[in-house]
Amino acid sequence: MSAITLAVNGRSHVLDVDPTTPLLYVLSDDLALRGPKFGCGLGQCGACTVIVKGKAIRSCITPVEAVQGSEVTTLEGLGTVEKPHPIQQAFIDEQATQCGFCLNGVILTAKAFLDNNPKATEQEIEQAMSGVLCRCFTNFRMLRAITRYARETAR
Amino acid sequence: MSTGENNTAMAPDAQAALERAGFSRRDFLKGSGALIIGFSVWGLGVELGTGYAQVFQGASVGSPPADQLDSWIAIASDGSVTAYTGKEELGQGIGTAQAQLVAEELCVPFDRVKLIFGDTAMTPDQGYTSGSQSHPANFNRSNLAQAGATAREVLLRLASDRLGVPVEQLRAADGVIMVKNDPIKRVAYGELVGGKKFNITLDSSAKRKDPREWTVLGKPVPRPDLAALVTGEFEFVHNVRLPGMLHGKVIRPPAVGAAVVGVDESSVQGLPGLVKVVVKKNFVGVVAEKPWQAVQAAGKLKVTWTPGTGLPSHADFYEHLRNQRPTRDTLFVDSKDVEQNLAKAATVVKATYYYPYQMHGSLGSSCAVADVQGDKATLWSPTQGPWYMRSTAAMVLGMKPENLHVIFRRGSGCYGHNGADAVTYDAALLSQAVGKPVRVQLSRKDEMAWENYGNAFVIDERAGLDAHGSIVAWDHEAWVPTLGNRPGTGTPGNIITGLLVGFEPEAFRPRSPAPDPTAYVNNSNGVPSYVAGCVGGACQGTGTIKSERVLVHNVISPFWTGPLRAPQRLQNTFAHESFMDELATRAKADPVAYRLRHMTEPRLTAVIQQAAKTADWDARPSPRPNIGKTGTARGRGLGCVAYEGGNGYCAMIVDVEVDQDSGKVAVRRIVSSNDSGPISNPDGLKNQIEGGALQGVSRALLEEVTWDDQRVTSFDWRTYQTLPLGFGVPTIDTVLINRPDKEATGAGETSITVVAAAVGNAIFDATGARLRQVPFTPERVKAALAARA
Repeated sequence: MSAITLAVNGRSHVLDVDPTTPLLYVLSDDLALRGPKFGCGLGQCGACTVIVKGKAIRSCITPVEAVQGSEVTTLEGLGTVEKPHPIQQAFIDEQATQCGFCLNGVILTAKAFLDNNPKATEQEIEQAMSGVLCRCFTNFRMLRAITRYARETAR
Repeated sequence: MSTGENNTAMAPDAQAALERAGFSRRDFLKGSGALIIGFSVWGLGVELGTGYAQVFQGASVGSPPADQLDSWIAIASDGSVTAYTGKEELGQGIGTAQAQLVAEELCVPFDRVKLIFGDTAMTPDQGYTSGSQSHPANFNRSNLAQAGATAREVLLRLASDRLGVPVEQLRAADGVIMVKNDPIKRVAYGELVGGKKFNITLDSSAKRKDPREWTVLGKPVPRPDLAALVTGEFEFVHNVRLPGMLHGKVIRPPAVGAAVVGVDESSVQGLPGLVKVVVKKNFVGVVAEKPWQAVQAAGKLKVTWTPGTGLPSHADFYEHLRNQRPTRDTLFVDSKDVEQNLAKAATVVKATYYYPYQMHGSLGSSCAVADVQGDKATLWSPTQGPWYMRSTAAMVLGMKPENLHVIFRRGSGCYGHNGADAVTYDAALLSQAVGKPVRVQLSRKDEMAWENYGNAFVIDERAGLDAHGSIVAWDHEAWVPTLGNRPGTGTPGNIITGLLVGFEPEAFRPRSPAPDPTAYVNNSNGVPSYVAGCVGGACQGTGTIKSERVLVHNVISPFWTGPLRAPQRLQNTFAHESFMDELATRAKADPVAYRLRHMTEPRLTAVIQQAAKTADWDARPSPRPNIGKTGTARGRGLGCVAYEGGNGYCAMIVDVEVDQDSGKVAVRRIVSSNDSGPISNPDGLKNQIEGGALQGVSRALLEEVTWDDQRVTSFDWRTYQTLPLGFGVPTIDTVLINRPDKEATGAGETSITVVAAAVGNAIFDATGARLRQVPFTPERVKAALAARA
């Protein structure tokens, strides 16, 4: 165990954890955040995604020590039930979910991609989402929601 | 893993646990009490090959009685409504629809209704939330719907007394009852019954509202859980946290059938945070203070296992199925003249179809939290059947069912019987061992290697055509491996954790030859849509062909099996609808017209006609003319189903592109038309149809459980392929047919049932190559292309 300083959603935390602990475990257990989720623990599905330095990373395979000193953004860091972020609102508007377990990875992956590629085409968006899984197969609506957000922010 | 041959006797430990749980051996033998209900009900699925029919045959002891209004609806003094339901929100949208139903029947705004799902302290036992049964169970003239109608009529009578005005002169709106001609005279629901019990039996004559007058039900009401889901505030079972909660990890056997020889606890001694190593027969787990500590301890724990019992060759598995003994044989229909009519037919067509084991593959591995303290236990579980969980977890823990409280919390989408129940037993066992709350989330591998898979199938189809190309006889013979199932009321050994602690799966009961059918049953869709379905002189099928035989051989599976979305119905429909296309080609007929010509069911006919219209179907025989041998080929294919013979209707037309050089198949457009009776929420229904369609594409093109001689080898997303979010997603047009005068039917499994056949038929239309084995991998497509004449 050692003291790790972690900045998450604009707040700083000092935690006494094994520095090799995957970031996901620290976020969901020590910080009790519900956004990042354990899907596979292998970096294959995207459910654990967080944004660090503008990039979507897989927190289940990222040791917590690797993100010391960087700001970590989770799904909770975008918006709230009362005031959702526009990309979250786009998912509500398109009713783009079934069980909702994948939403964390879907929304954060899409947001990081569109932040870096604001003029992405629909085909490029689909390509960017080809490493994320939704086993309820809400693909059709989710891609529509992402495209809707992309169009709205590009304006 | 045990096989059916030696599992008729119950393991002594399991028997002892049962007795501690208050059941005696005599209960089993005599066939009295809850256990035998479980066996007869859950045995039925295998016996009739009914595709795990989710037959619900009576509530558990202690359940709020289904005939009492108070079991379903409570109205607080502020007028807010709480509805209690056994049909859970799993992500399929039924929660929203049920709240709409209650709001509609009670004449209150949607957002004034709160639902409580699956809690054994509060909600009535409605069996499993499964099998496309929620819409029929709660939206017709019983249960929640009838409770709503009863409550409205009771409130009107109470208001009549209070206001001194006859019921006929009153109307209800917005949670208030007012005099029609003098709306100043009014009384709110809260004033009439607020906080008090109704103490009234459900009134079967209480009038449900006419669907044509619905203002809340039938509308595309948005899902109220979405804002919490998209912002990460929603509490999944994975997010349940209790004071003093510890974290567990299980260590599953390294091979199928492996048993514990020894556990070397010194291998983990002194690891940080480790609380306990737990061993109970072949169940092994660790408990630690933090989840990552539990993962590390589980990885380091030295467990010695016996070698596995060995597995049949994957490459030869379908031949193995066909030749395996013993079998349990069931005839669904048998006109006893099929062979004669085939012998007389102008043309006989034969084909064999193969379907692999597939998995639920939930995105989030299953998770549960248990708090077992002395003789009391509380379980937070994503189980689809909280009352069944209560009775079977009691057996696993050796406790009385009434001392368990099971609380449903949503898990990752399950699509049937995933790891939810197994992980709940895991958490309960580990919590019992340490006397503290324990959370367990399975590893990806433990989820995928040990879940109850959807059945593999081998299906032989034969049909005779007359000189005009009309079908004169149809024969269907299938081989289906089964092992275990949902635990039901009394069979925890139907899933991995139950077996590991000493319970046996439900017994395999050989029977051959099959007795003649005594009742028409088609809830596995074993009977094709085009035969008459005659049993005992009564014909209840949906087709015209009178010469018919459907014979199913159940054999023992080396892997756990259980209901996976559209269980058995998808596999049977893949064979029937592919074969129907082959027959249409042989008859040089248009596939739509050829189907309609052999069909008597108007609702199935209607969905086909609607799909054809929406897709702008080009009426002609398949394959399309002038197909090149290389490059990209395009085609269209149809599939349709009367789900379970009549629990929902769907037809689908897909357009595909086949890259004839690589063998890759891309689905470009999906048109589906669906009839599930009166539409409760059109947007929620569309969401289910769309999701089912794309999940069906993934299952048709990619998904297959694999194994070596000892163990399952498809245990993550590299080894078990699935379509990702972005894959060249087809456009989807969903047409909903509303039937306000019909009963509510299932809606969550109709579209997925027809996809594999529709895609296979489209590949044939495009290329002239017939795919008879799922999944349609590039290798199989290329082999079929090479085999073209």
